[in-house]
Amino acid sequence: MSELPPHSTSRIAVRCHGLTKTFGAGATAFQALRGVDLEVRTGELLMLVGPSGCGKTTLISIIAGVLRRDGGECTVFDQDYLSMTEQEITRFRGSHTGFVFQAFNLIPTLTASENVSAPLVINGMNRRAAVAQAREMLRRVGFDERMLESSPVDLSGGQQQRVAIARALVHQPDIIVCDEPTSALDSETGRKVMQIMRELALASNRALIVVTHDARIFDFADRIAHMEDGRITGIEIPQKNAAAS
Amino acid sequence: MYYYALKMLIGDRAKYIGIIIGLTFASLLITQQSAIFAGVMARTFSFLTDVSMPDIWVVDPQVQYIDDIKPLQATKVLQVRGVTGVEWAVPLYKGSLRARLDNGTFQTCIAIGLDDETLIGGPPRMLVGQLSDLRRSDGVIVDQAGAEGKLARRAPDGSRIPLKVGDSLELNDHRVYVVGICQVTATFQANPVIYTTYSRATTFAPQERKLLSFVIAKASAGEDTEAVCQRIQEATHLRAYTPSKFKTLTFYYYLKYTGMPINFLTAVALGFIVGITISGQTFYNFTLDNLRYFGTLKAMGTTNRTLLKMILLQALIVGAIGYGLGVGLASAWGGLLSGRTQIAFLLPWQLLLISAVAIMFICLSAAALSIRKVMKLEPAVVFRS
Repeated sequence: MSELPPHSTSRIAVRCHGLTKTFGAGATAFQALRGVDLEVRTGELLMLVGPSGCGKTTLISIIAGVLRRDGGECTVFDQDYLSMTEQEITRFRGSHTGFVFQAFNLIPTLTASENVSAPLVINGMNRRAAVAQAREMLRRVGFDERMLESSPVDLSGGQQQRVAIARALVHQPDIIVCDEPTSALDSETGRKVMQIMRELALASNRALIVVTHDARIFDFADRIAHMEDGRITGIEIPQKNAAAS
Repeated sequence: MYYYALKMLIGDRAKYIGIIIGLTFASLLITQQSAIFAGVMARTFSFLTDVSMPDIWVVDPQVQYIDDIKPLQATKVLQVRGVTGVEWAVPLYKGSLRARLDNGTFQTCIAIGLDDETLIGGPPRMLVGQLSDLRRSDGVIVDQAGAEGKLARRAPDGSRIPLKVGDSLELNDHRVYVVGICQVTATFQANPVIYTTYSRATTFAPQERKLLSFVIAKASAGEDTEAVCQRIQEATHLRAYTPSKFKTLTFYYYLKYTGMPINFLTAVALGFIVGITISGQTFYNFTLDNLRYFGTLKAMGTTNRTLLKMILLQALIVGAIGYGLGVGLASAWGGLLSGRTQIAFLLPWQLLLISAVAIMFICLSAAALSIRKVMKLEPAVVFRS
C-alpha cells in the first residue's frame, strides 16, 4: 500500500485536507466526513471504495461542487468553492466538471446526441454545432450512425452508460466524477465501459474519480482510496493496472 | 436549452396531453360562459344598440333601466326641443302589447312607436319592405325572429308558416297589417318586436294618462352632449342620458338585481378550478417526474435562471395551446349555435383578453410550484440513486 500517486509529476487537480461534512443538527446530526485528506492529480484515475454510508458520495459531491463542505480545505484546480458564489460554482461545474451517474440520468425524451450535446449548449454553444460535436464524441465511444438519434430508452445499459460517458467528456472537462458507473452493468459491459473511460478520459490529462463497490474494475485504477466512517483509511496502487496491461 | 425544455415537455405525451386537455377545458369554460354572460347582458340594452340616431335619452328620474318605463307627459318633448343645444327631439313609445294568434292564443310583443313624421328610432335593418311603409294604414313592421317564431302561423301539418308582408294580426283588439320584416338585436325577453308609428302605438296601448316612454334627442353639431344632457335635466327635471350611460345604468341594474352574475361567475370559477387542479397538478407531476433531469442539468452547470426560464417556457407553451384550443372551441360552439338558435353569445376582444389572463394565471400558478421545487433542488441529488 502506498500513498504516492503514480503521476507525481503531473498537476494537482484536487487537494482536500481535514475535510468535514455533517448532515442535520443536534441529536440527529450525522458526520459524513471526519477529516478527509486526499490529493488527486491530472492523468490519474482514482477509485474511492468503501462500505455504504462511509462518505464516498459525499466526498465526490463536495469535489464536484454540488455540495458545500463544513470544514477543512478543498481546492479543485486551485479553486476553492467556499470563496465562490453559487453562480460561479455552477459556471465552474459547467465548464470544468464531467459527471457519470449510476443511473445514467439521460433525459429520455432527448436523443442520444442531444443528451450528449447538453453540456456544450449549457456552456453557450449553438445547438446545431453542439449536436454535431456530440455525434463525433458518440462515434468515439463506439456508436454507429443508426444509434446516434436513438432514444436512451431504446439503448442497452452499456450503451446508455457510453452515452453518459460521451456527455461527461464532450465539453473537455478537467475533472470527471463517476458514481458507481458499472454497478448497473454486467461484468463484460462494465469492463468495456471502464476501458473507454481510461482511453478517452485520461488521454487529455485530466483527473478521473470513480466511486465504486465493483471489485471487478479495481484493476483499472491508478490508485484506490479506501474509505470508512468518513475517513480515508488507506490508499493502494493495484498490483496489476489494467491500463498498463 | 429551450429546445430541450420543449422536447422534455412534448416527449412525455400522456402528461403533455393531460395538461393541454385541462387547460383547453378551462379556457373553453371560461370563454364560453363569459361570452354567454356578455351576450345576455348585451341583450338587456339591445334596444339602445338598435336605436342609433339619438345621442340623448330623456326619461323619468326614477327609471333604473331601459325596460323600466315610467311614462312622461307628452309636453316634455316640446320642453326638450326648447333646450339650447338640442338639434331635434322626438317622442318614442315602448311597451308590451298582446298579439292574438290564429289559434286563439296570445303572445306578448314589444311594441315600438316611432315619431309619425320622422320615424326616428326604427329598426337597424329592413329585410322586407321599407320603414316608410309604416305610414300605410294600420301598418306594422315585425322582426324576423318573431315573424318566423312566436308569431308564425301553424300549418295543418304542424309546421310553422312565417308571418309575411300582407298578413294581419290583432294587437290589443286592433287589426294591423304587416308591411315589413326587419332584423333587430335579440332582446332579453326574447319576445317579438313590432314597430309602428307613435300615434298608432299609443292607440293600441292600454289607455293611461301618460303614454310617452322616452324623448330621444340629438345634440346640435359642436355641442358637448354631456352639457346638453345637463341643460335638459335642469330645464325639464327629468333625467337625460347618453346611450352609453343608459346602457351602463341598465347593465348595472341587471348585475345588481338578478342572480345572473353569480351563476355565470360560478361556471367561470369552475373553469378556473378545473384548470388549476387538472393542469396544475399534472404540470407539477411532470416537473416531479423530471426532477432528476433538472438536477442533472443543474449539476452540469445550468443556472437557476435558465431552469426557471425553461419551466416558464413549458408552462407558457401549454398555456398558449390550451388557450387557443379552448377559445377556438368556444368560438366554434358560439358560431354554430348563434346562427341556428336564439342563444346569447358575444365574444368581444376584452373577453379573449380576460380568458388569456385567466389561463396565464393558471399556468403561472402551476409553474410557480414547479419552479420553487426546482430552485430548491440541491444538485447533489443527482448522486442519490
